[in-house]
Amino acid sequence: MLTRRIIPCLDVKDNRVVKGINFLNLRDAGDPVELGARYSDMGADELVFLDITATIRSRKTIVELVEKVAENIFIPFTVGGGIQTVEQIDELLRSGAEKVSVNTAAVANPELLTESAQRFGNQCVVLAIDARRSEERPGKWQVCIKAGSEPTDIDVVEWAVKGEELGAGEILLTSMDADGTKAGYDNELNKAVTDAVNIPVIASGGAGKLDHLYDAIVDGGADAVLMASITHFGNYTIRQMKEYLRDKDIPVNL
Amino acid sequence: MIVVIDYNIGNVKSVCNAFRHIGCDVELSCAPEAVENATGIVLPGVAAFGYAMSALGPLAELIKEVALGGKPLLGICVGYQMLFDESCEYGEHSGLGLIEGNVVPIPAGRVIPHMGWNMVKLPADMELLAGIGSEKHFYFAHSYYAETSDRRAKTAYTEYGFDMPASVQKMNIYGTQFHPEKSGEAGLKILQNFYDICTREALSC
Repeated sequence: MLTRRIIPCLDVKDNRVVKGINFLNLRDAGDPVELGARYSDMGADELVFLDITATIRSRKTIVELVEKVAENIFIPFTVGGGIQTVEQIDELLRSGAEKVSVNTAAVANPELLTESAQRFGNQCVVLAIDARRSEERPGKWQVCIKAGSEPTDIDVVEWAVKGEELGAGEILLTSMDADGTKAGYDNELNKAVTDAVNIPVIASGGAGKLDHLYDAIVDGGADAVLMASITHFGNYTIRQMKEYLRDKDIPVNL
Repeated sequence: MIVVIDYNIGNVKSVCNAFRHIGCDVELSCAPEAVENATGIVLPGVAAFGYAMSALGPLAELIKEVALGGKPLLGICVGYQMLFDESCEYGEHSGLGLIEGNVVPIPAGRVIPHMGWNMVKLPADMELLAGIGSEKHFYFAHSYYAETSDRRAKTAYTEYGFDMPASVQKMNIYGTQFHPEKSGEAGLKILQNFYDICTREALSC
């Protein structure tokens, strides 16, 4: 049986892993290559590296980082942050990434999803969506771009459905409201999206306790759960998370 | 020396990294003489089928020729799918035709792509999968799978609402739908097995 995945996320800024709350107040969490190797040894199913500065200057750095990570880690990893073109995706895949995630560029140029799926296969095209609860439309979420700094009028569920049609093979769904709060995932959001699409959805934002992971899978319908704060700062090991889920009859790779 | 075919598509480097990590001689190349002199060939792939076949270009004929001549060949993911006759991913495309069968979409009614770690049952008579136990999780990421009709092929399966082929072997031709280079220790063992097969075959020639 296909297992549910535990995915630590490494937000990278100036070559360091950082973690904030609601995308702000960043705190240093270590070296990305070392942390990546540690999570791989601990039994993480996958890793996500997000270049949260995503400037032209950092682009070269992220390719070098991908190469270093790929030399040391024999589990899949996804790279995202500031990716705008098919050529950049090609470069990252050739450097050793398994998948790339696109966010702002997909909103600006939805064709990017289609072009990259046709060339690389949809399994390596991850659509990252930063979602914020809408004040104007209760029970709905709006897509935010540019690292969450710019809200759009796009509805998250509609965008997820469209993203799948265009060629995305997976959705990395981050709740900006829950991010870094450790108060639990936004499972209304997760459920709304997992019910609407047929591709895997990674729930992100808000993990603080073990039962949050379970809830995201069972209540939110998530295929994978992503976390940062609770693993970087030593609250739980990957093994503890997997054993907890296994004991509650969730299939995991242990 | 194992040659990993460098045909300008994703993840070729990861496969080389994995072989180097376990201390195997490996070279990334697209030179015909390297393919001819190799003890074994690896055809990796993170790409859409049609794009991968056209990227392979004239090398396709050479790979076919050396594989039919008995040189061990390992296809991974799309490289594995390319061992078969044809695929319908984004249009109709011919494969290498080394194993009878077609690459078809995973049937609807489940989450697609099939993405993540799934349990593969490891038959005792498949040398590539030896020394790992009777079953193990491996990492998959694909929306199409290969359906073989070749009676000479041995197949290992994973369960995804149906028994889906995960690895195949036909004489000196091996393939895995999953990514051994991204499947931790068990995946590295598979690459080691392939390397050992290549070394043994080279010595027996």
